[in-house]
Amino acid sequence: MGTGSIGLGHYLTVAAILFVIGILGIFLNRKNVIVILMSIELMLLAVNINLVTFSAYLGDLVGQVFTMFVLTVAAAEAAIGLAILVCFFRNRGTIAVEDINVMKG
Amino acid sequence: MTVADYAFYLFAIVLTAAGLMTIFARNPVHSVLWLICAFLSASGLFVLLGAEFLAMLMLIVYVGAVAVLFLFVVMMLDVDFSELKAGMAQHLPVGLLIGLVILMQLTIVAGDWIWADAAPMLRAAVAPPPAEVENTAALGQLIYTRYVLLFQLAGLVLLVAMIGAIVLTLRHRANVKRQDVLAQLYRDPARAVELKDVQPGQGI
Repeated sequence: MGTGSIGLGHYLTVAAILFVIGILGIFLNRKNVIVILMSIELMLLAVNINLVTFSAYLGDLVGQVFTMFVLTVAAAEAAIGLAILVCFFRNRGTIAVEDINVMKG
Repeated sequence: MTVADYAFYLFAIVLTAAGLMTIFARNPVHSVLWLICAFLSASGLFVLLGAEFLAMLMLIVYVGAVAVLFLFVVMMLDVDFSELKAGMAQHLPVGLLIGLVILMQLTIVAGDWIWADAAPMLRAAVAPPPAEVENTAALGQLIYTRYVLLFQLAGLVLLVAMIGAIVLTLRHRANVKRQDVLAQLYRDPARAVELKDVQPGQGI
């Protein structure tokens, strides 16, 4: 576990880059809800990498337990989000973010 | 550099590249496939970190369930995705700027951060030492004792999500004939069959 020249910082760097890629994805694909959901998954993955890294380097398993709960919530979120998307597409025939304005009053 | 170091760099580079391709790909199906690639390399990183159980869980949950869910939805929706991609170049500068700012903030946090002296001992006391128990067994010892309530609640979250997804996507089409079991059971022979006495040479 974590031997050699690869340290905590390397993993944290990868996680930070991945998190920023997720944020960038939300800004780039502002119209496409599906890619926004995928970007959120990427950000959750970055957070998971952070948790597991600290768990490994601190010798504390609670980080991995918490990663499992993040995984659970991520799966539930993806399922509900996509279900809402399908439902919305049936009613409106579009998934562009700009067209989602029914509740705008 | 050892083999593990090379493996780390391989997985890290593939993970970053796959993440970039996920957000830049023109076709959403390609995006989903790159997302699967990203999750595969992330689970490689988890194995390197000694979290084997989570690595396999990642493969099962993400590659097996979430990514396939995404694929189904992308293929089910009849949307012109090229039209949705239109404003990408115009949002790129703002996105890059904000990404850069957040990356700098994360770097500042990482550069200015130190361990508390007692932190490793304090945290290591909670879980069994990793050298004695293997990862899956150690996780099981924690989940089913200390965190059993949270574990059950996580299951409840999944149940609610499943029911919610079914309720949201289930629909009854008006002009599709369905089997009505009660109507079949309560069918009355006296009214179902009608006997007619047909005269020769005449119709009914």
